[in-house]
Amino acid sequence: MPLYRLIAAALVAAALTVAPAYAKTLKWAAQNDILTLDPHSQNHATTNSILQHTYEGLTRYTRDYKIEPCLAVSWKELSPTHWRFNLRKGVKFHDGSPFAADDVVFSFGRIKQPQGTMQIYVTGINEVKKVDDYTVDFILSGPVPILLRNIVDFRIMSKSWSEKNRAQNIQDYKAKEETYASRNTNGTGPYLIKTWEPDKRVVFALNKQWWGKLDGNVTDVVYTPIKSDATRVSALLSGDVDLVTDLPTQDVERLRKDAKLKVLDGHEVRTIFIGMDQHNDELKYSSVKGKNPFKDVRVRRALNMAVDRQAIRKVTMRGLSIPAGIMVAPGVHGYSKQIDIVPKYDVAAAKKLLAEAGYPEGFEFTLDCPNNRYVNDEKICQALVAMWARAGLKVRLNSIPFANFIPKILNVDSSAYLLGWGVATFDALYTLQSLVRTKTTGADGNFNQGRISDPKLDTTIDAIKIATDPVARDALLKEALEKVRDQAYYVPLHHQLRPWAMKKSVSTVHSADDRPQSRFAVVK
Amino acid sequence: MILRGLWEHDLAWSFRRSPVTIAAAVLTLTCVGAALAAPWLAPQDPFDMASLNLNEAFTPPAWEERGLRAYPLGTDNQGRDILSTIMHGARISLGIGFASVLFSLVLGVSLGLVSGYFGGRLDALIMRVADVQLSFPAILIALLIDGVARVALPSERHDDIAIPVLVLAIGLAGWVHYARTVRGSTMVEKEKEYVQAARVIGRRPLAIMLSHVLPNVMGPVLVIATIHIATAIITEATLSFLGVGVPATRPSLGTLIRVGNEFLYSGEWWITVFPGAALVILVLSVNLLGDWLRDALNPKLR
Repeated sequence: MPLYRLIAAALVAAALTVAPAYAKTLKWAAQNDILTLDPHSQNHATTNSILQHTYEGLTRYTRDYKIEPCLAVSWKELSPTHWRFNLRKGVKFHDGSPFAADDVVFSFGRIKQPQGTMQIYVTGINEVKKVDDYTVDFILSGPVPILLRNIVDFRIMSKSWSEKNRAQNIQDYKAKEETYASRNTNGTGPYLIKTWEPDKRVVFALNKQWWGKLDGNVTDVVYTPIKSDATRVSALLSGDVDLVTDLPTQDVERLRKDAKLKVLDGHEVRTIFIGMDQHNDELKYSSVKGKNPFKDVRVRRALNMAVDRQAIRKVTMRGLSIPAGIMVAPGVHGYSKQIDIVPKYDVAAAKKLLAEAGYPEGFEFTLDCPNNRYVNDEKICQALVAMWARAGLKVRLNSIPFANFIPKILNVDSSAYLLGWGVATFDALYTLQSLVRTKTTGADGNFNQGRISDPKLDTTIDAIKIATDPVARDALLKEALEKVRDQAYYVPLHHQLRPWAMKKSVSTVHSADDRPQSRFAVVK
Repeated sequence: MILRGLWEHDLAWSFRRSPVTIAAAVLTLTCVGAALAAPWLAPQDPFDMASLNLNEAFTPPAWEERGLRAYPLGTDNQGRDILSTIMHGARISLGIGFASVLFSLVLGVSLGLVSGYFGGRLDALIMRVADVQLSFPAILIALLIDGVARVALPSERHDDIAIPVLVLAIGLAGWVHYARTVRGSTMVEKEKEYVQAARVIGRRPLAIMLSHVLPNVMGPVLVIATIHIATAIITEATLSFLGVGVPATRPSLGTLIRVGNEFLYSGEWWITVFPGAALVILVLSVNLLGDWLRDALNPKLR
């Protein structure tokens, strides 16, 4: 045995004996990797899910998605547009610097920068003012009924650390920029990110200085992105990982029967849909020249009607989806069964609509599809290509990894795309504002990559933002969701169901927002 | 007379004496024939998206309980007939195999001829490049070229250029063996009297290489080429299995195996087993033919 191996073995043995008895590692795997370590850069569920271990907001969710204090200990609504937050004292960032009001003010200025995609979490906030070191005031442009939910994901960075490392600006992700903050973290949360090796693993360790108390007993977390479905399941079956949070649908039944594993059922507040370019006068990737067929509501309706959602549910998703007619999932405030009417599958009617719109022979376009983000994303796209072919549409499928897909659609370089939208605030406004509202600045239309623009809907959505009367607000939400459905601005496909599988020795809380929290996990 | 001459030829004689070779030849011909005639023979056109029915996806082979007669080997996750996809897939695999072998053959033989005939610094340069390349596994080189091409070319064109890129990648990974073999033979041949005679009467080097040396070094090249076809098909299948080969909408055998692999745990074995079996049969029979050709052309074994 070479000397270095001996030394390594000795070190490992030493580490094992020195490590405290309660050291528990959670080995967690899912399909895709995080995009960045910058907490204000990409509004992406996996990235948020990893970063919430490290960066905290003023408020946070409990196990059942109620709001509880986090970096703020209390708050008071001085007036509908003026809130006061009292900050937690004695909190330290991972680098040891103390947390104070300046960090909140700094983070607010940072998250609002246009190259980020997280502005939706500070929507309606005009200004954050420091009152004293442990008090900040939020000045709002109008009432924000869901302010406390929004700011869960407004994550606080250290001002001094950011300035020292020249990371005051959010990385320009679209331009593939890397900054110190996109490769290093310094938060206040329960875990530190020790390393991130892209496409390989993220390693966390417990933050021993954390102000809070763990509900679980996990001291180390290793997150491994495993793109291949079969490999991910093999890793779970062979015991290499403890928890898999996105199961290949075809394997769920088998995993349920495995004596060493348990399956935790749950839904996700995520809707999978197709977006279409409704802005350009000519589609970038299509056989139609001189006009944009997706601007015609008949074409969009035809696309909607030609999709056999039941077949996708039964065959592609193996029952693990709820066919969708509206853009938000059950569990989101604003959803109701009455308005979630799935378009009837009718190829003949779709053909007729296309003919009326002037495309009796159909037309060609390219569908951009991520192949490692959502459950069965590529297979769903393939099925759509076949279904639309029956209505006469020739669809070219361009399926690419999510990391390449996102810049493409952010640059509005797509004629049609598949995307999933999870609702972090559990309120339908989140979806309407990001996906439907005309793109302006900040969160308005920040993921409206088909550039839908409907002035009447904009008025409704802007009214929802400031509606304080719950009944009137619910009526507005319903009106907007129905309008999006009837105008077929998107082709909603289904709401995802998301069972998790884990070793019998692991227990954790299923999260409908697809953000497993290691602080809740218990490993025996 | 010609037919009789062929029948009496050494090659034919050794062919007739080996039942394994005959079986391999029959299998190869069947595979190639089925692949070539796929558009007319296959029960379904798997590229005609409108003919696919998602509700008939995951149908097991016809002899199983839920099987349908229309799909003798069952259907895949999109409702494509497995038999038809195998035939079309083999067409793509064979096409890429032949094209890339042709490419490496032309490249390798030319470089080998030049290297062996002229010798000197040029020879040293070409052979050192070959040595360097030999120290990398072929699949790594193919992956490298494929990866560079993917980054360098715009993403929306990937599907159209996937096949040429694969041919180039696999072809570039395989030229060394041709070049080395041809160089050796050329060095032997160029000292022989007929080549010297040609040089004395003033024929130009290019003409000598092509019309005198080349025909006399082609024997071993044909043997390498036959075996290389099998390797090229496997390389293509490996690349496609790794997801960097041909796109899923126009699957080759490797893509089919990759797609089917996801369904092994859930019991839909036929999606991956049949394309896998087809690949094994195809590669094995081509390999056996290559082995036979090597033995038959080897004077030492005669």
